[in-house]
Amino acid sequence: MPQILIMQKRLVLDQTQISLTISRFCHQLIENHDDFDNTVLLGLQPRGALVLDKIIQRMQEIQNISLEYGYLDATFHRDDFRRRDLPLRANETKIDFLIENKKVVLVDDVLYKGRSVRAAMDAMIAFGRPQKVELMVLIDRKFTRDFPIQPDYCGRQVNTLESQYVSVEWQDKGFEKDAIWITEKESNE
Amino acid sequence: MEQLSTRHLLGIKDLSPADIQLIFETADNFKDILNRPIKKVPSLRDITIANVFFENSTRTKLSFELAEKRLSADVVNFASASSSVKKGETLIDTVNNILAMKVDMVVMRHSSPGAPHFLSKHISANIVNAGDGTHEHPTQALLDSFSIREKLGDVAGKKVAIIGDILHSRVALSNIFCLQKLGAEVMVCGPVTLLPKYIADLGVKVEHDVFKALQWCDVANVLRIQLERQQIKYFPSLREYSLFYGINRELLNRLDKEIVIMHPGPINRGVELNSDVADSEHAIILQQVENGVAIRMAVLYLLAGVK
Repeated sequence: MPQILIMQKRLVLDQTQISLTISRFCHQLIENHDDFDNTVLLGLQPRGALVLDKIIQRMQEIQNISLEYGYLDATFHRDDFRRRDLPLRANETKIDFLIENKKVVLVDDVLYKGRSVRAAMDAMIAFGRPQKVELMVLIDRKFTRDFPIQPDYCGRQVNTLESQYVSVEWQDKGFEKDAIWITEKESNE
Repeated sequence: MEQLSTRHLLGIKDLSPADIQLIFETADNFKDILNRPIKKVPSLRDITIANVFFENSTRTKLSFELAEKRLSADVVNFASASSSVKKGETLIDTVNNILAMKVDMVVMRHSSPGAPHFLSKHISANIVNAGDGTHEHPTQALLDSFSIREKLGDVAGKKVAIIGDILHSRVALSNIFCLQKLGAEVMVCGPVTLLPKYIADLGVKVEHDVFKALQWCDVANVLRIQLERQQIKYFPSLREYSLFYGINRELLNRLDKEIVIMHPGPINRGVELNSDVADSEHAIILQQVENGVAIRMAVLYLLAGVK
């Protein structure tokens, strides 16, 4: 008998809901940051950068606001280097400005242990001392944090188990539709 | 692939093309960091590296030390001139004593070919070869190819002439391996006495006329005459060598194209390169030095990540 693999998969946000969330993020940002003259957005590489791109695009559709934004890679600032089985591959950091005295909004897709965000805040300091830092995430995995880090802007809070994985799929990255799923991690057995 | 296939960098010969690409891509990221106001990352903060130099070095040692410090590693330096080696201690004893002080990586330069290979069989730390006699100098070859990639976009398909003292040069051998693995065509050029007898077996073109070599190539990597390694006379005089193999502006003007000039340093000005070439816009000698730090950061970072 061939072994049948049953993959538990639960939809968290569908294409319409993601689009609504992105719009809500934009309006919240406009409310809190006025004309963005002292605010910059940083997408965390690799997946937060995709979320940031959606926000920038929507922001232009809504108000034709031009924002200062960049992509931040925190690979060399992670605290799990040499503790992982395979080192993470670094991505490009593209920040053509200093964040000295600016309000920074860090953008990521999923907030889990909080370690990536801690590393990102460490990496960010190389570009100056920000006046204030906020965190924006599409998905907040509740009760899983290793660090005292909470989002200021959150798409959806979800309850997940250690054995589960939150995957974010984008249509322009080859998936059928924009969607966010909770799936079971593949067992090593 | 996110990790190197080897836990030591002993020579380019042991690296796969995928390893070299991974080193280059990682070095791209480090080069970006080196151009920031704060040029430091905390990746290797729990690692101690010993720079063990049994042979003189300025550039390589400084470059490694800077790379280590930019990665936040703890660094200890050892120079054989002021050490117990002079009192008769063996290589393994010296290094084991250093390792007993809980050192994780050893960057080593030695005048004997194969010294780092020998050491890698006897100690547990990661070893980086910073030049072993006339054998290999892998980080120099990596930074040379990285600089060609930066200047010309790619190494594959490019024609590179290595000109000068090939016989005594570890840079030449590592460069030949590295360039060939990346798909470049390689030519060596120099007087008959300074070319190894069977060098053509490595799949390189051999030329004795420097003008023809320059006319053929896209990049000329000019090497220093290593007088300190020459026990006998290989050519009548430096003046004569310079007349036949020295590269000057007049020679470059006679070419029907522009080529890139590289030199691993230290330059003997007026011997292999004239100042009007070494300081010209064709030369990327200082970019090579700058890239050296990024390449060495990438090598140390990736080796530290190999389990």
